[in-house]
Amino acid sequence: MGFPLLSTVLLAPLLMALVICFLPREAREQIRVLAAAAMGLATCLTLYAYAAYDTAVGGMQFTEQIPWVTDLGVSYSLGIDGISLPMLLLTDVIGLASVFSSWNIEKRAKEFFILLLILIAGVTGTFVACDLFIFLLCYEVVVIPIYIMVLIWGSTKRVPKEYSGMKLTIFLLMGSAFMLVGIVSLYLGAYPAGQRTFDIQALIMASQMGNMSAEFQIFVFLLLLTGFGSLLSMFPFHSWSPDGYAGAPTAVSMIHAGVLKKIGGYGLIRLGLMVLPLGAKFWAPLIAGLAMINVMYAAYCAMVQKDLKYIIGYSSVSHMGYVLLGFAALNVVSISGAIANMVAHGIMASLFFSQIGYVYEKTHMRSIPDLKGLAHYFPRVTIGFMLAGMASVGLPGLIEFVPEVTIFMGTIGVYPFFAVIAIAGIIFTALYILRMLAKVLFGPKDEHFAKYEDQKGVEVLPLLLLGLFLVGFGIFPELLMRVIDSGVQPLAPMLAALSDVPMLLGGGF
Amino acid sequence: MNFWAVSTEIFILVIMTVALAVDLVLPKKETRRGIGYLVISGLLAALVYTFGLYHTGPSMTFFDGLFLEDNYALFFKQLFILGMLFSVLFSLDYVEKNIKSPGEFYTLLMAALLGMCVMASANDLLTMFVGLELMTVSFYVLVGQRMDVPDSGEASVKYLVVGAGSTAVMLYGISLVYGATGSLDFAVICRSIQMVFSIGLAGIVLVMIGFFFKLSVIPFHMWAPDVYQGAPTPVTALLAMGSKAAGIAVFMRALYAAFPLLGGYWIPLLAVFAAICMVGGNIMAIRQTDVKRMLAYSSIAQAGYMMCGIASADAAGMKAVLFYAMLYVFANVGAFAVLTCVEVYRGGTTHTHLTGLAQSAPLLAAVMTVSLLSMAGIPPTAGFSGKMYIFTAAVERGYLWLAFIGFLMSMISVYYYLLVAKAMYRDLTPEEETANTAFRIPFGVRATVLLSVIATVGTGIYPELLAMLTNLASQTFMR
Repeated sequence: MGFPLLSTVLLAPLLMALVICFLPREAREQIRVLAAAAMGLATCLTLYAYAAYDTAVGGMQFTEQIPWVTDLGVSYSLGIDGISLPMLLLTDVIGLASVFSSWNIEKRAKEFFILLLILIAGVTGTFVACDLFIFLLCYEVVVIPIYIMVLIWGSTKRVPKEYSGMKLTIFLLMGSAFMLVGIVSLYLGAYPAGQRTFDIQALIMASQMGNMSAEFQIFVFLLLLTGFGSLLSMFPFHSWSPDGYAGAPTAVSMIHAGVLKKIGGYGLIRLGLMVLPLGAKFWAPLIAGLAMINVMYAAYCAMVQKDLKYIIGYSSVSHMGYVLLGFAALNVVSISGAIANMVAHGIMASLFFSQIGYVYEKTHMRSIPDLKGLAHYFPRVTIGFMLAGMASVGLPGLIEFVPEVTIFMGTIGVYPFFAVIAIAGIIFTALYILRMLAKVLFGPKDEHFAKYEDQKGVEVLPLLLLGLFLVGFGIFPELLMRVIDSGVQPLAPMLAALSDVPMLLGGGF
Repeated sequence: MNFWAVSTEIFILVIMTVALAVDLVLPKKETRRGIGYLVISGLLAALVYTFGLYHTGPSMTFFDGLFLEDNYALFFKQLFILGMLFSVLFSLDYVEKNIKSPGEFYTLLMAALLGMCVMASANDLLTMFVGLELMTVSFYVLVGQRMDVPDSGEASVKYLVVGAGSTAVMLYGISLVYGATGSLDFAVICRSIQMVFSIGLAGIVLVMIGFFFKLSVIPFHMWAPDVYQGAPTPVTALLAMGSKAAGIAVFMRALYAAFPLLGGYWIPLLAVFAAICMVGGNIMAIRQTDVKRMLAYSSIAQAGYMMCGIASADAAGMKAVLFYAMLYVFANVGAFAVLTCVEVYRGGTTHTHLTGLAQSAPLLAAVMTVSLLSMAGIPPTAGFSGKMYIFTAAVERGYLWLAFIGFLMSMISVYYYLLVAKAMYRDLTPEEETANTAFRIPFGVRATVLLSVIATVGTGIYPELLAMLTNLASQTFMR
């Protein structure tokens, strides 16, 4: 076994959190530098993994395996494939950017960075875990630090931060209760006693060998859908998302909207589709319908919002609709699009939140009527806003264009009606994004804002880092799509076989 | 007569007698802290000693098999000793400040511990009853040890009355079982065909009701909140972990060893009561603002989780219960150590008393949060692994609905546990800020909370060690 790359990526933030525990509270400079160092190391290693990943071979690479709990059949097994690798990259890039976005935190900085690093490690773990137990362990680790972070560093605007924090926590935990029941059933249903395992690859094998009946798959998939769907803010479990993001501090909004939400989509593909294909097939029309509601309803809601964070919150719900739609179409093209869209939206949403966070930190305003003409005094922030906004609208050359097109191409043959409506959703997106950008950034000079400084030094780094990927993956989509393809192509035979299976719910549409 | 079989009990008896003797010899005015140290070192030695008693061959017995020293009993004895050890360690200051006669307090604690150990080893209904009474009678007195607050006396009387009533019910049940089978020995009862007749079944039901009172299972739970709230905080801790675990230990042994053939009757009954406990306990805990009272309701829910494991009636279920009982001790030790410390310095255990703890004592706030999350079953704490063990066993047995209720209610429980976290971590008003002075954490509390949090998180991330121990304990029992 070579260098444990993934373990290092996973443990670097955790170990650094432990180190920070022992530093005095006053050592703010050291704490934030150490946090950035840990995330920098993780990001570099991930970039190396991204470059070194052999797309010709595909499958799980950089694997590590240590037996963990023998009587449950748990092993500490890590690995990445074409589906999890982009998500891992997303996690570390956004994690690093969020550390820089929190650079100026003064209130209880020590606790903040400890919790932030634990949060990032938890998210990393869910993407690199090849074992369902380790996945679960990391999945729920993230919920509690978020609650405490919202409670201490959050902001109270339309709803109190205590309320938004609790709402977010309870929604996600209730979802995970359903998911846990599903996973326990899956664990028990896959193999007879004595051979049981939490290894995801082994569960996929069990499914291919026909150990799970169609009824069983349909039932378990519904449980998983409830769990992952509430994390992905699928309608009607979406209402935590705008409130939660609005109450959360900048770094939490970035990580939550950027990567945490994507665990829902990742879980649906990794567990829902790969282990329970018949269940996915059965519920796909329902998911497509809900996805359409996500796209349209959330876009309508976003149009009437005044608070910038609410707009981006609703916009993220709307974008998740595209991901769900891509998933529901159940073909190679649409699923690649869904994964790419998760990456694209992650970069874009976290860039938005980091810029809003900066403006709020300086001016303590984030309501559209209060802000105007920022471009005169905040040229760099304006660049950030414009990049994220244009990407959000789907401008070619930026990261969001290719994924959206891919999703529509994959979907239109399967659900023409939903696809056309969802494409129309882009118009609404343009409407609220452009309106927001126009009012906030442009217009006459307002002397109120003259006293505030534009981003400088470390504060620019989130923009540089996220902007680099936003433009880079936009101009060279091949960099992203090649890796994703290597993960999705192996599913092609299974998906092709699946399209021939008649299903009650699936046959109805 | 193989006296090695009762060596643990003799050990504890010696500690108890020495503590009593030292208390009598010491001058009246002098502090009794030394007795506390004596008890701690004695218990530590006992804990180390019991590790040597684990065996793979046949188990030792005493009194013609009425007393059985198997690995199952040993596991529970270690659990009781561990719980007691930490409770004494974190309450040294509390006892000195709030308890009028500390010498007697320590002696009674040892008597209660002795009772629990006898219960864990009981292999017939009479030994079980003797152990149970030794423990509960000691607790009646311990609950009323705070002479300065009226709540404590009220709690004591309430506990006594309800406890005596439940004892009567259980005794009546035992007499019916004896009438049906002509024996009190678990092994003989198990083989007796007479149990299937109504008199035997009525006996089982009454014995179970007696246990339900002791485990504060809904609807026999009315005493628990008042007693938990009124009792001195270390005693509350022991009620929650020691007394409850002892009840579980002997209850599970009685069901598995004496009544296994009647599983068709008691398994569904247990499943239903487990569900009622999980729902009721968690719902009622939501509105509580006194953390001790909240933990009383939460302990009802915890009993429900453990009963899910018992209801699966196989080695996996038993192992899950053992695992859960142990991690519940870790969690309780952490939570009550913090509460005791806060009560010593701030005079109470409500949310208001905990406000701002994250700034004045960040270590305590963190440990409290981790311990409560372990009770809720959030990873990476041990509670998550424990719930996975319990509910996989239950689902395997066909109780999917039970697992569903269990997971759902444990997520609901996060709400009231987080209310405590909210009180500790939220922003303070200027007045609260000035009142929120930092306080010195005594060494005993510091050691306890650190060890408990390491145990909780360590077991959560790497459950293998505890899992091996519980496997050892449950396998000898099942053989």
